[in-house]
This record gives sequence, structure tokens and C-alpha cells, in this order.
Amino acid sequence: MATAAEHNTDHHHEETFISKYIFSMDHKMISKQFLLTGMFMAVIGMIMSSLFRLQLGWQGESFWILNFFLGDKWAPDGILDPNMYLALVTIHGTIMVFFLLTGGLSGTFANLLIPLQIGARDMASGFINLLSYWFFLASSIVMIVSLFVETGPASGGWTVYPPLSALPQAMPGSGMGMTLWLVSMSLFVVSSLLGGLNYVVTVINLRTKGMTMTRLPLSVWALFITAVIGVLSFPVLFSAALLLIFDRMFGTSFYLSDIHVAGELLEQTGGSPILYEHLFWFLGHPEVYIVLLPALGITSEVIATNSRKPIFGYRAMIGSILAIAFLSFIVWGHHMFITGMNPLLGSVFTFTTLLIAIPSAVKAFNYITTLWKGNVRFTPAMLFSIGMVSTFISGGVTGIILADSALDINLHDTYFVVAHFHIVMGLSAVLAMFAGVYHWFPKMYGKMMNRKMGYAHFWVTFVCAYGVFFPQHFMGLAGVPRRYYTNSEFPLFDEFIGMNEMISVFAIVGALVQFIFIFNFFYSMFRGPKASQNPWGSNTLEWTTPVEHIHGNWPGALPTVHRWAYDYSKPGKEHDFVPQIVPLEEGELDGGAGH
Amino acid sequence: MVTFLIIVAIALASLAVWQLLRVFEGTAKLKGGDSFVPTDAENKYQGRMMLLFMFGYFAFFAWLYVRYAPHFLPESASEHGLVLDQLLDFNFLIITVVFVITHVFLFYFAFKYTYSSDRKATFFTHSNKLELLWTTVPAVFLAVIIVYGLSAWMDITDEAPEGSLTIELYPKQFDWTARYSGSDSLLGASNYNMISGVNPLGVITNGSLTSKQQELTEEIAGLKEELETVPKGGLKEEEIIETIGKRERQLARVSSFEGLEAASLVAGDDDILVKTEFYLPVGESVEFIFRSRDVIHSAYMPHFRAQMNCVPGMTTSLNFISRKTTEEMREITDNPDFDYLLLCNKICGAAHYNMQMVIKVVEPEVYSKWITEQETFAESIQPADEEGMAEATNVTRNEISMIEQ
Repeated sequence: MATAAEHNTDHHHEETFISKYIFSMDHKMISKQFLLTGMFMAVIGMIMSSLFRLQLGWQGESFWILNFFLGDKWAPDGILDPNMYLALVTIHGTIMVFFLLTGGLSGTFANLLIPLQIGARDMASGFINLLSYWFFLASSIVMIVSLFVETGPASGGWTVYPPLSALPQAMPGSGMGMTLWLVSMSLFVVSSLLGGLNYVVTVINLRTKGMTMTRLPLSVWALFITAVIGVLSFPVLFSAALLLIFDRMFGTSFYLSDIHVAGELLEQTGGSPILYEHLFWFLGHPEVYIVLLPALGITSEVIATNSRKPIFGYRAMIGSILAIAFLSFIVWGHHMFITGMNPLLGSVFTFTTLLIAIPSAVKAFNYITTLWKGNVRFTPAMLFSIGMVSTFISGGVTGIILADSALDINLHDTYFVVAHFHIVMGLSAVLAMFAGVYHWFPKMYGKMMNRKMGYAHFWVTFVCAYGVFFPQHFMGLAGVPRRYYTNSEFPLFDEFIGMNEMISVFAIVGALVQFIFIFNFFYSMFRGPKASQNPWGSNTLEWTTPVEHIHGNWPGALPTVHRWAYDYSKPGKEHDFVPQIVPLEEGELDGGAGH
Repeated sequence: MVTFLIIVAIALASLAVWQLLRVFEGTAKLKGGDSFVPTDAENKYQGRMMLLFMFGYFAFFAWLYVRYAPHFLPESASEHGLVLDQLLDFNFLIITVVFVITHVFLFYFAFKYTYSSDRKATFFTHSNKLELLWTTVPAVFLAVIIVYGLSAWMDITDEAPEGSLTIELYPKQFDWTARYSGSDSLLGASNYNMISGVNPLGVITNGSLTSKQQELTEEIAGLKEELETVPKGGLKEEEIIETIGKRERQLARVSSFEGLEAASLVAGDDDILVKTEFYLPVGESVEFIFRSRDVIHSAYMPHFRAQMNCVPGMTTSLNFISRKTTEEMREITDNPDFDYLLLCNKICGAAHYNMQMVIKVVEPEVYSKWITEQETFAESIQPADEEGMAEATNVTRNEISMIEQ
């Protein structure tokens, strides 16, 4: 490591535009590439949600903007086509879960924070890191291309259950659009695996002197465990996708049996769609934590820094990350309670799923206790982090209802589920991602973001987010099924017309407000005030690097770590923070021991 | 033109914001330095906003509850649903308490401990006592939830009692068919190879078997004739040969059903197939059997707190006892037009949202009367020829009586 260090520091030679901004192997640049690509995909996903919210709020009415975006084929006279409605829901889910909250979130913050916070010159392999981004970009491009094929993009829901997704006869979206979806996801898995392996290897091998595992910031712990989960579960999605490709193209019958569709008898027998569901959710559930753990990691960092107080229960926080990661692999069946699985098996999944509530509760309580007797500074990042704790609790508690197999019978696939996972996974991760961007923007771009716009962005986003998803619990309790193009075919849900309108207004206002963020982001990038080296008074190593990025991160030798990352407001210290590079005084205990 | 105007409007708005920011920056500098961390005034303001938000959030919750709780599903129309509703209430009580307490602490602490430069935060890193407390307390509550929930689950998923009425619900894109077992209380065998225009569920009976064989034989003969007329070596020829192969294989599979037991080949004759609405006798146990013709569907009967996926290639089932007739539920909901519905609740294609069937729960006498008025499967597949129809019926009826003896 020492030789690599010397090698890197003197290598600050002139680079061409292409090697610096395009095919960069520098983790900081790759992190920005992931962020910008993720943001671009998120805007597409967000516009899609606004479009289908127009249909759901004012069912069957005409909107010129639908026609503007979707054309005469998919929105004739401005009225959304039911197939396109399903396509929008499907691609919105795919983009948000995978491209924004997996690739975008982990890609951005694992790349930025892991080397900087553990004191490494770069990732273990810069080239694999570069490949990881370029597979992600290729995957994003294929997904976008799939929006423009004649039969429309994939539209069987983001889980793409066969036979619906396997049979072009069953719906137009299962044609070319579905093929491209599978190609895109296969590329995405490759990207995730390359990135994940790199993160794991880097955390294990490249920690600087003194950076023991129990001195790692919780953000690195979270990103590290996320990468481990991803490496173990994404290959299963890959195999599921591969078998689905075989069924679609080569006449195999892994997932197909006894099917008579669109007047045609299929010859495949012996397969089972339930096999696909098992494979999909074996990734799909850990995926929830792949999305959530980095969010929790970011929140831990931001809350401790801005409460000017150590994160409460550091070791319990690590323990709960590990417990959540382990449990996440043995709960997937709770997505399948009503597939006719053996009731005894269902009981086991209910049991393991409810266990996850314990480490999650520990995390929530520890965040709240961190605020207690703190000195809370409301930077925009802090607001988003507190918002994240709120959504994590609000969405988490309804998980207890859905994990109960008996209660899931009547709530499965209703709006209650939509409300639950959007709040606990979607909102929590998105709010934390915003927190991360506001918090580390000075590190990424050397500039400060505008705080007033940050405040406006937070409050409108937060209120709108709850305005959209909180009422959906009530629709679910009335039995309104999800993925319905309209509820007007029978009078059962007529009471909810007004609620749907309200939700759509919140959704569209919430979407528009994101342009404040985007404006703030790009404006600050170019015209924001120059950042200082450690604007938030943080302890972690990334704030000891120069504001202007250099290869190898630190000029001269790598920093040595002497203490944990959470010595905020330590008694007897002059400032309310003590960076990790400050040596322990004589007789001083590390890690909050003795307190 | 409208598009152009909107683009112009957006451009102008961005410009306006940009200019505004420059003014902001200017004034900040005049005031003496642009601090990176929030000013005291900002912190104070945001702390109050936290508290305000908390009250707003709780008020929103309360308003939603008052406004929409009356429109939750009415009381359960099935026996097991009563247990589920109690379980749901119990869980809701717990999570609402947790939700409120944690949110009060979260937002109140944020408000109370707002930054002040003359104060230092308390260096409080961990407390084994506290952490043990909030590991064990949730664990105890979860243990109760798990035990309560699983006992309900095992009861509900128990096998249907002997003598239950068996009904098959068969979905396809985009409708349902209900099949009753008829006078023999046995559903006839079925197979997807048997599906035809008059036999949407592929029920296998002597009658349907013969007509399916005949249909396939005729189709194969027709295809072979067509094969003579198309040019050799062309794509069309290849296509026809392939289709002939498919039909011949299907014919072989269909013919293999002749080997089924005689009893199961007649059990389907008295089956009754209905569409758009089906009847249930109140207070009687009903076992539902599900298959699917094409993709995964899900049979969702929200008023009965019942749902089960319908998966091609396999059979699933559930059972319940209904406890309120449609008429009674109309009185309970004070809605003379109320009807129980069966909905599809697994995305299945374009018209997924409109795949419904009305469920009529009636007194047993009404049910008995209704069921005898329905056409049996044997009647429904008879050829248009009136005399042939009568004969076919006689044959099958005789066979049934033979088996009964």
C-alpha cells in the first residue's frame, strides 16, 4: 500500500477531457457519473409517475400532456391507453428501484465514500470500477431504448412475473420491450456485481493505518454490507432472467405449463411460474435492503454530524445492520403468501419477517436518542435525514401488518402495500439520497449548495411525499387493488375519487419541486460559493482531503486514524468535533468507552 | 405552439430564479460573510417547522381516519374474516401507539435541542440498559403478534371440512368462469388440451372428448388438404406442416384421456358453468379450487377477506363460510345497490382492472332453486341438432345412474 501511495501522489499529470470526464478510473469521478446518470433516470421515472397519476386522479379524462409525451398511439386524444398505463407503472418501478436506488444510490455513495472514509487512494480496481459504470450506463440506455419500440416497453409490473412476461400474445409489452428489459437487467446485474466486488475488496483490504473495522463510519459499514448482499443475491436475479429469456426465445418450459393463450395452445409443460417468483424474490427481498442500508448509513453520518453528538449505540448499529442483512435472505416468501404455498412454510416466513422488526426498531430508537440532548443544526441534509427517520418508522410499522400472513391475505396487492413499500423503501432511500447529496456536495464539487432552496425543496417534497402515500393506506384498507387502470368499472371504490385527485395533485407538485433541486444542483456546481475543507465540522477522513480533487486523494502520505468517527462534543475538547486523524491524548479512551 | 410557449415559460422562470439568487448572494455578502452552516435564526425557524409538521401530520392522519374509515370494507362477510378483523385491529392498535410515540420524540427532540453556540451536546455514546430495553420490548410485542397471527393463519388455511360445496373459479384474460360440481358433488376432470369454444374450461367428458377429437381430426384433414395447394418448399408449407404436427400431438394427448376412469369421464356432465355472477348459500362451507388458462391471476374477494393466486399449471384452493347474504349486507352498508365482488388482483394484461364477477350470497333455498335452473355442461355442449341433443343427454344421464348403482 505504501508503494502505491508514493506512486499515485506524484502522478498528477495533465489529462485529456476523455480520460478525465468520460473513461475515468478515479472513484470520485465515477461517483459523479453514477449520480448524474441516476438523476437522469430518476427524472424519467418521476415524469412517468406524474403521467399515470394524471390518469388515476382524473380517470379516463383527456390531457394534452399525455398526448405530448406518449403520442397518438399510446394516448389517443390525450387519453391514456391501458397497456401504456401498465408500461408506465412497470418502468417507473424498474427505474426507481434499480436505476435510482440501487445503481444511483450505491454507485454514487459507495464510490465516493468508501475510499475517502477508509483512507484509500482509490478503489481496489479502478478499471473494474470503470466497467461497473459503463455497464450501468449501457443498461440505462437499453432501458431507455425499450421505451421507443413499437409494441411498447415491458408492462407486466416491475416484478415481470411469467407467463405474462413470457408471452407476447398475452400483452404487447411482452414483445420486444420485454426482451430489452431483460437485456438491460442482465447488464445491470453485471454492473452491480463488478461494483459490489470492488466495494467489498476495498473495505477489507485498503483501510488506512489505524482504521479498524470498529472505527469505520456507519456509512462505510452500511455500504460494505450492502455490497455483500448484492454480490450474494444479484446472481440469482441473473439466473431468473436467463431462464426467462430461454422460455421466451428457445421454447423451454422452466416457468410455463398448461397454457392456452389468445386462442393458441402452448406445448410447454412441467414448468412453474412459482419457480420464477422464488428466484425473483430471493433477490427481490435483499434488494429492499440493498436500497435501504446505504440510506441508513448516510442518515447515521448526517444525524451524528449535525446533532454534534456521537451516534447512539455505534456497536448496536453495526449489529443491527448485520442482523438485517442476514435476515433479509430468509424472508423472501412473504411476497408469496397467497401463491398457494404450504401454510407451514408461510408461518416460517411470517416469523423470520417479523424478526426484522427488532433490529429495525433498534435503529430507529438509536437515531431518536442521538437527537436527544444534541445540538441540532438544521442543514438541508439534516432535514432530509430526520425526514428519513420519520418515513422509516411510518413505513416500517405497516410492515408488521403485511408480514402477518393472515393479514396479508386481504391486503396483498392492494394500495396498502403500495403505501407501505413506497414509504419505507422509496421515500426513505430517496430522502437519504438527497441528504447525501446536500451533505457531500462540497466534497464532490468543491462548492456549497444553496441552503434556502434546500429548505424549500425539503419541506415541499416531504409534505407532498406523505400527501401521496399516506392516504393510500386507507385505500388499501378499503380493498382497492393496485395496478388498476381505473376504478370506475364498478361502484365499490367511488368514495375514493376525491382522494385520488388529492394524491395526484400532491404527486405532481412534488414532482415539479424536484426541479428546484436540479436547478440548485447545477447552479451551485458552477456558481455556488467555494466550499471550505470541512464545512460541517465533521470527524471523518473525507474532510481532510483538499477541496480540489486530486488523484490519490491525499497529497503526501495517507492519514493515520487514531479514534472512532463520532467524537462530537467530547468533554474536555476545545471544539465540538475531533477528527479521526487527531491522536488520542494520554489516558483518553477511544470509541466513547467510559461514557 | 403550446409546447413552445411552455418551454419559453420554463426558460423565463429559471432565469428569474437565477437572478433572484444573485440578489440573495449579494445581500448575504453585505451582511458579512456567507456562513456554510445554518444561522441561529434559520435553526430556530426549522426547529419550529419540525414541531409544526408533527402536528400537521397527526392532524392529516386524524382527518383521513374520520373521513375514510367509514368507507373501509364493511364487516366481514365470512366467518374467518371476523378473526382477521380482530387481529388487524389489535396490530393497528400497537403500531399506532408506536408510530405516535416515536414521532413525538423525533420531532420534539429536533425542536427542543435546536442548535445554540453557547451549549454543548451531551457526550452520550451508548447505554446497555436502554438498548436492552428497546430490543426486548419490541421482541415481546412481536412474540404476541406472531403467536396471535399464526394461530389465525393456521385456522384459515386449514383444509375444507367434509361435505363442503366445491366451486372452481377459472380465470382467463379477462373474465372468470365459475364451475359447480352439480348433483354428484364431484367436479369432472379437466385439461387445457380440451379447451374449445363450447368448452372454455377444458372439461373432459365422453361427449366433450368425442367432439374435441372430431374437431382436431377435421382440422388436421383440412390442413393436409391445404398443404397440397401451397407451393412446395415455401414458408407457408413449413408453417402448415408445423401446425399439423402440433395438432396431431394435441390429438394424441386428448385421446389419452380415454384411458381415464369411466366415473371421472361422466362426473363433468352435470357440472354447471356460469359467468358474470355466481351464487353461494349463506352459512355453508365452500371450497374454491383455482386454475388458470393463460397467465397468473388472483381471485380477490375483499368482503370475505379471501384471496388466492390462480396459477397456470397448478391447482390452488381456499375455503370459507359466508355469514351475511347480499340482502343483509345491503342493509348493513345502507346501500341498496351493494354487491359482493370477485376481482382479479394480479396484473394480467390490459383489461386487468375490469375482470370482475358478482357474488350473490343467498339463503340455501334460494341457492338450491337457482342451481337447478342452470344449464349443465352436458347440455351446453350439445350440437345444435335438437334430436341428437336429447339422445346425448339420455346416454350420459344413464351412465351416471349406472355408476350411482
